Amino acid sequence: MNDTIMETGGTAMRTKIRARNFNFYYGKFHALKNINLDIPEQQVTAFIGPSGCGKSTLLRTFNRMYDLYPGQTSEGELLLDGQNILDKSTDVNKLRARVGMVFQKPTPFPMSIYDNIAFGVKLYERLPKSEMNDRVEWALRKAALWDEVKDKLNQNGLSLSGGQQQRLCIARAVAVKPEVVLLDEPTSALDPISTAKIEELVYELKADYTIAIVTHNMQQAARVSDYTAYMYLGEMVEMNSTDIIFTNPKQKATEDYITGKFG
Amino acid sequence: MISLYLRRRVVNRFNMLASLATMGVGLGALAWILFTLLHKGIDGINWTTFSQMTPPPGSSGGLLNAIVGSLLMTLGAVAVGTPIGILAGTYLAEFGQRGWLAPVTRFVNDILLSAPSIVIGLFVYELVVVRLKHFSGWAGAAALALIVIPVVVRTTENMLRLVPNSLREASAALGAPQWRIVTFVTLRASQAGIITGVLLAVARISGETAPLLFTALNNQFWTLNMNNPMANLPVAIFQMAMSPYDDWHHLAWAGALLITLAVLGLSILARTFFRQKYKL
Repeated sequence: MNDTIMETGGTAMRTKIRARNFNFYYGKFHALKNINLDIPEQQVTAFIGPSGCGKSTLLRTFNRMYDLYPGQTSEGELLLDGQNILDKSTDVNKLRARVGMVFQKPTPFPMSIYDNIAFGVKLYERLPKSEMNDRVEWALRKAALWDEVKDKLNQNGLSLSGGQQQRLCIARAVAVKPEVVLLDEPTSALDPISTAKIEELVYELKADYTIAIVTHNMQQAARVSDYTAYMYLGEMVEMNSTDIIFTNPKQKATEDYITGKFG
Repeated sequence: MISLYLRRRVVNRFNMLASLATMGVGLGALAWILFTLLHKGIDGINWTTFSQMTPPPGSSGGLLNAIVGSLLMTLGAVAVGTPIGILAGTYLAEFGQRGWLAPVTRFVNDILLSAPSIVIGLFVYELVVVRLKHFSGWAGAAALALIVIPVVVRTTENMLRLVPNSLREASAALGAPQWRIVTFVTLRASQAGIITGVLLAVARISGETAPLLFTALNNQFWTLNMNNPMANLPVAIFQMAMSPYDDWHHLAWAGALLITLAVLGLSILARTFFRQKYKL
């Protein structure tokens, strides 16, 4: 399955994230079963599948978000640039600075728009004021939000609309210059116009970042992604280039899901 | 069909009336208390109330030293109790997910929260007053602080728990270590609620008599020295209300009215503060 990616992808691509025999448990519940996958660098990889299939769970292992909760455990190998991030020696905070994440619901911090962006940057960099201003502007431009907020950077982040809040969260994630950006259903709470803006954004961001996106919306997966993975009941059913998944999937189960016969 | 609808309407009407009646009883009692206080207390409030000391037997005076004493001891109690309460509450909500320490602390705190205040008074009496061999304002402040702490611990923990986990995840996702998440994101998000909790704790202690009776006692004279026994409103009210003098009774009512107004003011302040912050 993983070999197929490389074949269909044409030019040889570097693998950014690689999972080998990866398993994940919520307490005793076996949520991810023997996952093997390769996420190529500077491409958009979409995860689709019915609710509860484990796609968000999988995404949340890439930055070890699950560490926040007792009772959630993993086994197997999960490699970022060839380094196993499940190792005890991994500094989780540094890992998360490299692997950014945007969530389903917008989560602006209770502080100004400017500080929302600066918060993450200050964690690992000590920038003089002027450079920080530049960084904030750069991130907000990347997230296509600058023109809307440039005159009210001191306003509370919570005063923005839902779509703007979500773009603020993307700007916040981008500002720390991560290598990977994880998007967990980033548009499911947004109107069509904000959704379109964020999809455009995803498309532009892949020039610099490796992107993994979980979505319930198959058109969205088809629109924004280069690779698509279909998951079901904690298993990776099929992963391939998006064109193949949507036009000529190898697995019957994938075809049924794509065409709406199932799920 | 019709009869079912009718029955529901009747039951609905009945329950509505029943809850209105119980609300009436509660509010009525409150209104009665407030009215009596206002009626009897307003006579006792005049310039001398705020300019003269509590009087020796047989003469009249004011409440100045008691008001100042109450303010000082409340201030001391809050200054000591708030940081301890906020830190402990933060531990319970943010750091104590694993292990036995947090559940035990929470349990002990709940006991302290419901401990009769006279027990706390006796405790501080044994611990401080007996050892130093005299009553003092510090002992009073300590007793009040012991009442403040559990209230602040509880509200801090509850307010932090109201902060959605998504906010913690969002900050962790940027690579923020936990202490930064707590100080810059979650505590900030629950700021208004925590301040409300502190104000409510102040309201709670401003009427406490029992713990002060054993600790600060009373003082007929002006003092700002917390090493001396200290006058305070609740104990002053207690002594004056028990006295045979009419003008003392007036003063007692005036003191009671002052406390009530202060608590009412604090509650309103706490509410508006909380509401403003959480309007979004």
